[in-house]
Amino acid sequence: MTFSPSELDKLAALACLDISREERERLGGELARILDFVRQLENGATDEVEPLTHPLELSQPLRADVVAEPVDRERYQRDAPRTESGYYLVPRVIE
Amino acid sequence: MKWEAVIGLEVHAQLATESKIFSSTPTRYGAEPNTQAGRIDLGYPGVLPVLNRKAVELAVRFGLAIGATIGRQSVFARKNYFYPDLPKGYQISQYDRPIVTGGGLEVVLQDGSVKPVGITRAHLEEDAGKSVHDLFPDATGIDLNRAGTPLLEIVSEPDLRSAEEAVAYLKCLHTLVRYLEICDGNMQEGSFRCDANVSVRPHGQRELATRTEIKNLNSFRFVEQAIAFEIERQTEVHEDGGTIIQETRLYDPNRRETRPLRTKEDAHDYRYFPDPDLLPLVLDEPWIQTIASSLPELPRAKRDRFMASYGLSAYDATVLTQSRALADYFETGMRARTLDPKILANWVMGEVLAGLNRDHLEIEAAPVSADELAGLLARIVDGTLSGKMAKEVFEAMWGGGGTADAVIDQKGLRQLSDTGALESVIDAVIAAHPEQWAEYCAGRDKLLGFFVGQVMQATRGQASPQLLNALIEKKRRPES
Amino acid sequence: MKPGVHALLEVARNHPGRVARYYRERIDAFNDRLNAFITVLDPPPRAEAPKADPGVLAGLPIAHKDIFVTRDVRTTCGSRMLEGFVPPYDATVVERLADAGCVLLGKTNMDEFAMGSSNETSYFGPVRNPWDLERVPGGSSGGSAAAVAAGLVPVATGTDTGGSIRQPAALCGVTGLKPTYGRVSRYGMIAFASSLDQAGILARSAEDAAWVLRAMAGHDGRDSTSADRPVPDYVAQLAEGIRGLRIGILEDCFDTGLDPEVGARIRDALRVMERLGARLCEIRLPHLALSVPAYYVLAPAECSSNLARYDGVRFGHRAEGVQDLATLYRRSRSEGFGTEVKRRILIGTYVLSHGYYDAYYLQAQRVRRLIREDFIQALSTVDLLAGPTTPTPAFRLGEKTEDPLTMYLNDIYTIGVNLAGLPALSIPAGFVRGLPIGLHLIGGDFNEGLMLAAAQAFQGATEWHTLAPPGFEASGP
Repeated sequence: MTFSPSELDKLAALACLDISREERERLGGELARILDFVRQLENGATDEVEPLTHPLELSQPLRADVVAEPVDRERYQRDAPRTESGYYLVPRVIE
Repeated sequence: MKWEAVIGLEVHAQLATESKIFSSTPTRYGAEPNTQAGRIDLGYPGVLPVLNRKAVELAVRFGLAIGATIGRQSVFARKNYFYPDLPKGYQISQYDRPIVTGGGLEVVLQDGSVKPVGITRAHLEEDAGKSVHDLFPDATGIDLNRAGTPLLEIVSEPDLRSAEEAVAYLKCLHTLVRYLEICDGNMQEGSFRCDANVSVRPHGQRELATRTEIKNLNSFRFVEQAIAFEIERQTEVHEDGGTIIQETRLYDPNRRETRPLRTKEDAHDYRYFPDPDLLPLVLDEPWIQTIASSLPELPRAKRDRFMASYGLSAYDATVLTQSRALADYFETGMRARTLDPKILANWVMGEVLAGLNRDHLEIEAAPVSADELAGLLARIVDGTLSGKMAKEVFEAMWGGGGTADAVIDQKGLRQLSDTGALESVIDAVIAAHPEQWAEYCAGRDKLLGFFVGQVMQATRGQASPQLLNALIEKKRRPES
Repeated sequence: MKPGVHALLEVARNHPGRVARYYRERIDAFNDRLNAFITVLDPPPRAEAPKADPGVLAGLPIAHKDIFVTRDVRTTCGSRMLEGFVPPYDATVVERLADAGCVLLGKTNMDEFAMGSSNETSYFGPVRNPWDLERVPGGSSGGSAAAVAAGLVPVATGTDTGGSIRQPAALCGVTGLKPTYGRVSRYGMIAFASSLDQAGILARSAEDAAWVLRAMAGHDGRDSTSADRPVPDYVAQLAEGIRGLRIGILEDCFDTGLDPEVGARIRDALRVMERLGARLCEIRLPHLALSVPAYYVLAPAECSSNLARYDGVRFGHRAEGVQDLATLYRRSRSEGFGTEVKRRILIGTYVLSHGYYDAYYLQAQRVRRLIREDFIQALSTVDLLAGPTTPTPAFRLGEKTEDPLTMYLNDIYTIGVNLAGLPALSIPAGFVRGLPIGLHLIGGDFNEGLMLAAAQAFQGATEWHTLAPPGFEASGP
């Protein structure tokens, strides 16, 4: 298979990544080869097989509806590049 | 050509839990920004979700109440997209295996008829945070307090055919979630939000036409206005030979119109896949049975019972059962005294609801309790008060005047039921209006009202109308 | 010969602080050659008041792979994205080992976000193999493996998504244990592929690994996928030995691609086990060949979603001077992530996207079930499975960086275990051209004890695990 520049751009947009001009050709080729490689999966006879999501087929545990986690906003916001008045800031979003 | 609108609603009901769906921070509304956003809500590296048992229980309550199939094994999936109010870059939701499938509501329309509306599915998911656009000059502020709040997304079948039907369905659902105590129903605070899918097709056509989705409708009024506008807009487009584009639109209540949201729809590809951090949610039969046995009497059953045991009309029964608290108020009144249910119903739906409305109160905070109202109505039944006087007493009670008897004593508001005293007033009125009396005696029956009115005026309304009628009639035909 | 955990605990008890100081000095002396650490910490002053319960591992120095978040200690995950990230909380593994009395000496280097098999994708530069500084230590837990091999710490934590503990353990000549999926909490372990990731240990011996596993394993209410079952006494179980165990040889691993000398050393090691009383037989797993393709669909799919949270808003790298949101996201992520991470995010995005999901993602999940069923079937006839951990000994730095597929195939023997969720172990089994190689043992679900006992018996009869790389010899504290 091959990756056209526009397919690659669409993929990069979904993944929120920039792909530079020089990366584009190399990356397109690599992705195509990896995807060709994983195509072998078609060789598995899987018609009747249920997909397996978790290695151990257990069920979801539930927690009690109790408020337990303290929130230290000042501490958390020290990790953030830009905050003001308790808000995380991003460039203006126009709706 | 005749056109037919096809409407389906997606409702996001915030589930009434103390803590979030996958984390143990509070869900309280109105806190300072980001003071209720913990590590899991903020999507910190390495943190993991653990499901809140109460959220599951509330979803099951809903499913059982609408006669749905409860998924014995449901699956959480990730819906992937980038947005600043979505901290992890994905929303945990349910996709192809929701917790609730099928079921429906029987919606009472304005004309009293009942319309069944199907529910496609209801699934658990987490809410996103909020973006604040007007607080900073060059930036958008992100408040993640709401991130992770449990939601039940309830998707209806496209069974609705008008804006009025859509609102009736929405009100019915709103009543139900509050009955079940799974959601506080507060629309201003966003606890009960609605998106509407609207399309218009030629009458008689079976296939669905292209639809638009109107997002974030947060009042019944806006739902009705937005859908009505959208039906009209789409009808016009069809009639002009145009085509409808599948898109998301927003309703502007100021301009009373919907307009398209500026997003690149084709850029969306949510890449749903089962969340590997969460295991399949398996519900065992005993737990479902426990939840089922804890369900309250549901609105429809209560309405039917009100009609059957109290002899109320469908309309009265519907109004009185619109909330559990109102229905309880009515039934408390019925238990307090022996009353004609219709009289009590009229007073609850009339004076009580009007008073609550005027003073912006909930029924739980009504200044006149159901017991007190029943006490007042008993004074009408025993002839102490006329209806008109009772309203005056009710106003005084509402204003903090105490029980009906206390107000009656204090104001000296006792109906004149002393026959002798009334007869002398009647005689005086007859003497003052000899011509009318002659006509009345000659058979002009409708003059009775004139004489009753004159006597009432003279007694400042304290005469018992029944007694008065009887006495005047007796004067006309003394021999009978 | 360097002393094991048991002996170190004795020294630590009698001479508080000495053990930690000894290893801390070795880090200072040798880390420049290896680049095994991203962050080095000073042990707390030994004047610290003795605790009522000092813990079963009191005074034992440890290093954590820099994928485990550590409160107030920078945690980078080998990425520029988290270059300055100082977490406000501890991973469960970190917490449990601290409670047991371990002394944290540093955070080890790793492939970026654990994506790599050579440690060359680290933003902080590659780790070097102490057996040959021109060669890779393996990855992604290469820093931990190199640090243990060189005697800079007696034990270190690692994580294993497709072989990231066992492959570097093999290439560095140490013991590497990947427990059963769910045995150790993933809380606070920065996610790569959630359904495959499992925390484990790099140590000098199976016995040392048993000591650490006993302290770090167990149910954690903060991880929904954590197994709620008791933790056996792995140290006590070591005495159970290998006699009478049925061991199935994974013949598929000897077919193609295997360096014949590696194959010969593994056959030698298996004969040692037979001599010790194990019964050998041949096993074939029909779908094992599909494990690498299944993995390279599932792991990237999960990673593409797990890494979406790095957007430069709440923590991590944020691009400068950007005026609009879309550019902020794209630029922050493109600057913060390295090539291999981007490559995997793109593959993962592709296989989950509309129109490809069924053919790639669902198909890979179906194959995953077939692979697990193969293993379970085999493990119903034998107690353990055995084979080589890697096809070759350590390769040269840069040798495989040009071709991602060649690099991916390095994990061909280890990946199936992660898909199946089973516990596995790599133990030193000899040398090929002066470089260590590993014997791979695979057990049934939650059968770590049995596996460790077999490894312990093997190590009682061999010396491979006691050898130190030339130039890194140590006498012990």
